[in-house]
Amino acid sequence: MQKEAAIREPLILGHKTYHDVTEDVCKPIEDKAPRMWYILFTIALIIGLYGVGSICYLLGTGIGVWGLNKTIGWAWDITNFVWWVGIGHAGTLISAVLLLFRQKWRMAINRSAEAMTIFAVFMAGTFPLIHMGRLWVGYWVLPLPNHFGSLWVNFNSPLLWDVFAISTYLSVSLVFWYIGLIPDFATIRDRAKKPVAKRMYSILSFGWSGRAKHWNRFELVSLVLAGLATPLVFSVHSIVSFDFATSVIPGWHTTIFPPYFVAGAVFSGFAMVQTLLLVMRKAMKLEAYIHTKHVEYMNVVIMVTGSIVGTAYITELFISWYSGVEYEAYAFLNRATGPYWWAYWSMMTCNVISPQLMWFRKLRRSLLFTFFISIIVNIGMWFERYVIIVTSIHRDYIPAAWSMHYPSHIDIAVYIGTIGLFFVFFLLFARYFPVLALNEVKTILKGSGQSYKESPDYHKHH
Amino acid sequence: MYGDDEVLKNSAKKLVSNGVKIAEVYSPFPIHGIDPIIGVKGTRLGIMAFLYGLTGLTLATIGMHYFMVREWKMNVGGKPNFTYAENMLAFIPVSFEFTVLCAAHGMAITYLLLNRTLPGMPAQNPDPRTTDDKFVMEIRLQDQSISESELDELLKNTGFEELEKKVIK
Repeated sequence: MQKEAAIREPLILGHKTYHDVTEDVCKPIEDKAPRMWYILFTIALIIGLYGVGSICYLLGTGIGVWGLNKTIGWAWDITNFVWWVGIGHAGTLISAVLLLFRQKWRMAINRSAEAMTIFAVFMAGTFPLIHMGRLWVGYWVLPLPNHFGSLWVNFNSPLLWDVFAISTYLSVSLVFWYIGLIPDFATIRDRAKKPVAKRMYSILSFGWSGRAKHWNRFELVSLVLAGLATPLVFSVHSIVSFDFATSVIPGWHTTIFPPYFVAGAVFSGFAMVQTLLLVMRKAMKLEAYIHTKHVEYMNVVIMVTGSIVGTAYITELFISWYSGVEYEAYAFLNRATGPYWWAYWSMMTCNVISPQLMWFRKLRRSLLFTFFISIIVNIGMWFERYVIIVTSIHRDYIPAAWSMHYPSHIDIAVYIGTIGLFFVFFLLFARYFPVLALNEVKTILKGSGQSYKESPDYHKHH
Repeated sequence: MYGDDEVLKNSAKKLVSNGVKIAEVYSPFPIHGIDPIIGVKGTRLGIMAFLYGLTGLTLATIGMHYFMVREWKMNVGGKPNFTYAENMLAFIPVSFEFTVLCAAHGMAITYLLLNRTLPGMPAQNPDPRTTDDKFVMEIRLQDQSISESELDELLKNTGFEELEKKVIK
């Protein structure tokens, strides 16, 4: 049994037993869904279906339905892609990187953060796929021998690296998530009374036994997967940034992109986790497991990554001037003072100023304030990608070709639609899956639970 | 059947020191430190993961060498790829991703097969409460050098909650 310092705040509040943990997590799954769940689910489903409809219209008509023009060939589509991939960085970071660092506070949030990751990467994947225009030949991105001659995909291209990075990230995250879910599905299976539920959870739990040998393997597999997933998290957004950084467009051609994108991704991912968990803990009565201390830890991560992002923005600005390349300098001057100044300054306000407020202990422990900032951060991060992408290309080398981007209603509908679909998936997850890693939370109950910290036995040894 | 992991661990220690062989322990979460007591050896899955990763790296290298250097020399700015080494840097990201892909999936599949945990398998735990808050120690009489009554005597003060005797045919 690992014990930790008594002065550390307990991670599990109240006097819980192992059985209480099971009850608290399984109750929302076994009970009838509250009315609010149905209302939210319906809203999300309608928005999601509208998005699916727009995608069908887009596929039937062609990507001319977007508001792109010959100067601005990339706009909302890639912005949304990078935004979603970025959001999809928190889950695996929480469960993999924090596992390697043995951070116990991750255990209450990793399951739902990882679910969020997987759904966000699904949404991200939609955009490059529909961007192909001909979705049904999407498999051409794979290195398959084809009937057009000895033609292969280009392994020198960052866009192809992206195919490998995103699909590896998605599938490895999915496996990591599911391996952890198996023992918890077994818990629900063994409690289930209704035959259909029993059958479903029995299939999902793969017949998990809980033998000592299996737990031994389980722990090693989790550790190795975490070890593999850690460099993966950093590689994915680095490679996404290569999509821009390896081009020769002023404003994109920057060596600072990989670390800056990774920090930005973690920043927006944690913000999304905050948005979702602050609602979930209340709705599912998990306040004892996900409490102010967890929120505070996550706010510290937001503050640190937000500061890295802010430093990157300022470095970029400085280098554009210091480089002496006039195109580079103009790209940044135009960002800050050109027709898209409002997007640039929204980004600066949301991403540079707002995380700095987390230096105040009172603010970073305020749940309402955190919820507000988490939404602000994600708005800011969407603008960041929009600013990088659109403002760098809307004024190119020939002033006659200068243009502005106006999104069409399809642009907007597809984007909003993915948010709807994301919530459809997340609500289904919250309804049918154990939202807390039961088997992991139970292992820290004694070391980090409130009742054990307060017991006389605990203080005797320390 | 025990109600606490620490109690089970102490009892296992006592039993083993008296020469009892413990066949199996079922628990709702990993009990740290139980493996050496009941004689569960460390798993070699880590080595498997390394081998799968190595396979992935090899496959990626062979594949990209074939696609980009042998079969169709990609010609960028009049500079075709004549050797793999000259273009090595561009191949690092895919090599890395494919290594991770193979290592992670190979290990996960091996893990599921070894545990015999696959979709549709029946539950293998002896009691449904072992996935909630109970800990079961399975002791087989035929493995022991002592008689049933001696075993009962040893078990008596270990703090168990339930004792179930089964005759397995």
